[in-house]
Amino acid sequence: MYGPLWRLLPGPWPVKALLSLVLVAGVVAVCFLWLFPAIAPLMPFNDNSIRTGP
Amino acid sequence: MKALRWVFGTLGEVLITFGLLVLLFVSWQLWWTDVTANREQAVTILDLERDFGHSDRPKAADPLATLSKVPFGQAFAIVRIPRLGAEYARPVLEGSDHDTLTKGIGHYPGTAMPAQVGNFAVSGHRTTYGRPLHNIDKLKKGDIIVVETKASYIVYAVDRDLIVDPYRVEVIAPVPEKPGATATQAWMTLTSCHPKFSARERYVVFAKLVRSIPRANGLPASFMAVPARAA
Repeated sequence: MYGPLWRLLPGPWPVKALLSLVLVAGVVAVCFLWLFPAIAPLMPFNDNSIRTGP
Repeated sequence: MKALRWVFGTLGEVLITFGLLVLLFVSWQLWWTDVTANREQAVTILDLERDFGHSDRPKAADPLATLSKVPFGQAFAIVRIPRLGAEYARPVLEGSDHDTLTKGIGHYPGTAMPAQVGNFAVSGHRTTYGRPLHNIDKLKKGDIIVVETKASYIVYAVDRDLIVDPYRVEVIAPVPEKPGATATQAWMTLTSCHPKFSARERYVVFAKLVRSIPRANGLPASFMAVPARAA
């Protein structure tokens, strides 16, 4: 999975490393801004309220 | 053999990636939500203070009557609790769903509004999302809670606390813990998670109305005095 990705990146290894960092930053940004806020309400530990029913 | 190695190699990489994503989620939940929520709630406080500041002239209509129709999700009050620090100020919004509670303290819809006879019941995060009620367990009998609205300063004093399971709706009844009883006094109930970082139980604090002071009269400084740290 990561092997082919590394081979797919263009340029010599410092360029590849830099591109990888950019990709990682992109993934983290997507997670922080969209993915995690979307799944957080489904987490059982995020409930503070008193509610009815078991 | 080579195919098998490829399958297991890829599976390993996928599992490691998933593990890293879970760790990333934990750091987002425990750290990043505090960063963004604290910033957002501080902006809400500034907006409210600016809005409240423009209402020195007494209103013709009963301010509490207008308060009872706050649209869902709108901030309408500031809670100040000297015990939690002289600077402690959190917005109160209408609604107690997940989304509202990320923006401040949430008012349970249908419960009384500040100073009204009945139970002004609110909920707030104990951890994450700016954790407005992180130190709810530090509140002691007699501690002052000031609810600032556009019309007035409403002063409550802590009466007692309680730890209950999440389904004990009677704590937000018009007479706390006495469902069905007719309210004759104005109460405030704060609920939050207990223990910290868990949603197994609820930490509940009941406070009783001391008095309601019109904004024009100003809030006596004595109410905002930070209590000495009890031994």
